Amino acid sequence: MKPQSAARRLPRRWIGSRIDAWVLRRVQRQHVAVVPRSRVYILPTRFGYGFALMTLVMLLGATNYSNSMAFALTFLLAALGLVCMHHTHANLVNLQLRGGQVEPVYAGETMHFELLLSNPSRRIRHDLQLGWPRLAPQSSGDVGAAAQTRLKISAPTLRRGWQDCGLFSLSTEFPLGLFRAWTWIELDLAGLVYPLPIDAGLKPDRSGGAGGDVSGGGDGQEEFAGLRAYRAGDSLRLVHWKSLGKAQPPMVKQFSDSASPELWLDWAALPALDIEARLSQLARWVLDAQAAHVVFGLRLPGAEIAPASGDDHVHACLAALALFGAKPSPP
Amino acid sequence: MSKHAATAAEHLPQRSLLRLLAVMLLVIAPHLLRLPAWEAALVLTITTWRAAAALRQWRMPHPLIKAALTLAVFAGVFATYGRVWGQNAGVALLVVMLSLKLTELRERRDVMVTVFLLYFLLVTHFLYSQELWTIAYLLISTTAITAVLIDVHHEGDARPARMALRLAGTLVLQSLPLMLPMFVLFPRLPGPLWTLPDDAGTSRSGLGDTMSPGDISRLALSDEIAFRVRFLDPAPADRDRYWRGPLLTDFDGITWRASQRLARAPLPEVRLEGPAVRYEITLEPTRQNGLFALDLPVAGRLPERSRLTAEYQLVSTEPVRELRRYSLVSQPRYRLQLQLPDALREAALALPPRGNPRAQALAKQWRADASGDMDVVRSALTLFHNDPFAYTLAPPSLGRDDGDRIDAFLFTTRSGYCEHYAGAFTFLMRAAGIPARVVTGYAGGDRNPFGDWYVLRQANAHAWSEVWIAEQGWVRVDPTAAVSPDRVDRSLSQARGLRDKAAAGLGKLDWSGLRYRLESTWDWIDARWNGMVLGYGTDQQREFLSRIGLGDWQSMLLALTGTVTLLLTALGVALMRRAAPVPPDAALLLWQRGLRPLRKLGFQQRPDEGARDFVQRVLVTRPDLTEPLRRLLQAYLRVRYESEAAAMRELEAAVRNIQPVR
Repeated sequence: MKPQSAARRLPRRWIGSRIDAWVLRRVQRQHVAVVPRSRVYILPTRFGYGFALMTLVMLLGATNYSNSMAFALTFLLAALGLVCMHHTHANLVNLQLRGGQVEPVYAGETMHFELLLSNPSRRIRHDLQLGWPRLAPQSSGDVGAAAQTRLKISAPTLRRGWQDCGLFSLSTEFPLGLFRAWTWIELDLAGLVYPLPIDAGLKPDRSGGAGGDVSGGGDGQEEFAGLRAYRAGDSLRLVHWKSLGKAQPPMVKQFSDSASPELWLDWAALPALDIEARLSQLARWVLDAQAAHVVFGLRLPGAEIAPASGDDHVHACLAALALFGAKPSPP
Repeated sequence: MSKHAATAAEHLPQRSLLRLLAVMLLVIAPHLLRLPAWEAALVLTITTWRAAAALRQWRMPHPLIKAALTLAVFAGVFATYGRVWGQNAGVALLVVMLSLKLTELRERRDVMVTVFLLYFLLVTHFLYSQELWTIAYLLISTTAITAVLIDVHHEGDARPARMALRLAGTLVLQSLPLMLPMFVLFPRLPGPLWTLPDDAGTSRSGLGDTMSPGDISRLALSDEIAFRVRFLDPAPADRDRYWRGPLLTDFDGITWRASQRLARAPLPEVRLEGPAVRYEITLEPTRQNGLFALDLPVAGRLPERSRLTAEYQLVSTEPVRELRRYSLVSQPRYRLQLQLPDALREAALALPPRGNPRAQALAKQWRADASGDMDVVRSALTLFHNDPFAYTLAPPSLGRDDGDRIDAFLFTTRSGYCEHYAGAFTFLMRAAGIPARVVTGYAGGDRNPFGDWYVLRQANAHAWSEVWIAEQGWVRVDPTAAVSPDRVDRSLSQARGLRDKAAAGLGKLDWSGLRYRLESTWDWIDARWNGMVLGYGTDQQREFLSRIGLGDWQSMLLALTGTVTLLLTALGVALMRRAAPVPPDAALLLWQRGLRPLRKLGFQQRPDEGARDFVQRVLVTRPDLTEPLRRLLQAYLRVRYESEAAAMRELEAAVRNIQPVR
């Protein structure tokens, strides 16, 4: 949301609106990028140069034959090129970008940064492309008049922790592909990279708690405990499908694992490995525990996550592993 | 086709390809009529095959087949035209190469090249025709090709055809205001920059620099326009409008030719009398050097890139391949070359060494009986008038004996067209010892009732003679005019007189009169088009622009840059305005005001959240707000999607309704 509209929302409380605007601007600067006219750069593409060359050859031909209609076509094409340049430029101006959702991934997987493009004008914006510096554009899409669209830009992940989206380009070659207009955008957008779970490994040491077999079936031990509203991150397996389609948010099934004893996944139980290997092992255990529907807790040096279950709990554990030894907030 | 290397993004959708084929057919259609039949058939076959291949997912041909086809096409063009360069063969190759390009057309970048070829092919049409209707063809084709470019450039599925065409039309329309100043102001260099192929330009019938029996009568029924004249002074009388063209001095018994020996002779001295007539000629392309001028042009006021020959013919320094406009001044009374140089006299008396004995004898007879050269001339004209000479388009054959064609005409057939009379008369004069030569050109001309100019058609082509008389110089004699009017062939007069008769009936509402008026109107428009657009060349540009102080190319470029910058800025401002954020409308402001109390409860609409979604989210936790929020939502959505004044009032009421929430 732009600062102006925030100010309009508070027309009478002038001071409040000023402060609000100031604060909102501070906040929004990190989340929203508006493409100003002065920040749109434009250059001919390879085909643009080809087009110019073709026009030049036509001009020579027209001169050679003193052919008026050939001159007319040559000048029409030259004018078309110039007009196209302005259209390409205007295709980007005043677009707004906002960071969207970024699903956590495991290290080594591809991270998809979702970006929200909104078009505040009456002009439809076509063929908008996102791309990293020095790489070919990845995705393209249109944004209708006064509408929004979601585009994704993907990057490989290497290490656990926060991965910053960083600098990327918003570009377009619409309408004729003779010119490419682009602008650089850096959004405050990051995604969390979990440690890559090792394929198989040790079994968790049960000394930290009253153990239960993690990989041995937890199946059948849970009891259905009721329904609750769907929360982002809930497993699709738990969705109560019959509740869908009613005028209320989807429900998920809840199970109580009263029959299952608590399991503690402990950093201290893995002394023989280096830090990353330990984190990978712990990540594996977390996933195994989740698959077995076991209530488990996580102990890390300086942090402890109480035993629980569910997707939120799994995410919290994996995030703790991802950010072990790093700053807890996004860069 | 999925086996090919192209990725999905680069791959051309089937629909885009079919559209490209349709546009290609549109652009090459006029060429297909000019191409040899085998090539037209080949191009159509390849196009059809490519469309079928796209629909049926056939494989592209093997590279060897393509190479063989290319070689075969080169051989075919060479066999047809005797070469692979030049205008006709070049266009033939371009068309067939474009269609061969289809056989390897798969990805977007192939299409970009094809699109450029299409633009280029479009320009070659104007080497053949630049008539007024071609401007419509130019605009339609450019829009269609541009739509293909828009379509091709877009990744993924083909865009809706209407969207691409509309956008292309918008782009072309926005380009037109820029094209005009470029056309007027861009400095035109005098062409040609390099040697043109000898088949350059439009092929037309017209006068050549030779004349054999049948050459001019062939033109007699042609309505094609030779040139147009606009008089700035009162036009001379019909009988004085002789438009001087190629002068033919050399005679071999059959054909009259322009003399090459006289090319280097000095310009004859001339004494001009009578009122000066200023006029402007717009000459259709002839591919010849000859220009036409009213007898006789003033030597000091010739147009640029032209000169007078030793026989006082106006010629251009290079062949007239495109429409040419030039201004001249002529004076109808003159004494040309009172002193005849010996070389010229010799050339103007030369006869084939043998042949036509009866004509020679007749001329000698006249010579012996006459007291002066003019007497001999009169004897000849009397012969044509009194004896049963006929003026006809379809003269009988003059026989197989090449040496005696003049005799055959004078004593046997006695019917012919102007070239027969001019040729025979000149022959007779020479045989009688009077220097004489044939002049070809045009006579008369029809006045257009809508504009002050005359149209000279190929049907006005004419041949007459000039005889050199002491003390008078070269005197024009038109022997055809001596033929008795009652012996003028009726079919000929019908053919020629159709327009005149129609002109007479201009006041009445009859079909021929209407047709005549339509034709005249069209001719008027066509003349404007020719004069103002097609004839706009180096000289005209300088003349026109110097009137507004832009005579030199520096000022032209400066004015052009200024105008184009101004227009582009205007376009940029218009586009920016359209790209500017729409200020939130009253409904949105009201909606936001209605939601303000909710903010205190911790609910705020996210930027990517629709109104309906937001209300749902609030109602999950605050079902007590169902009534006011649902009403607000419905009223707001009604304004959004129905935009009715009543809906607006309902929204206002709903906003008031929500105030007591706490």
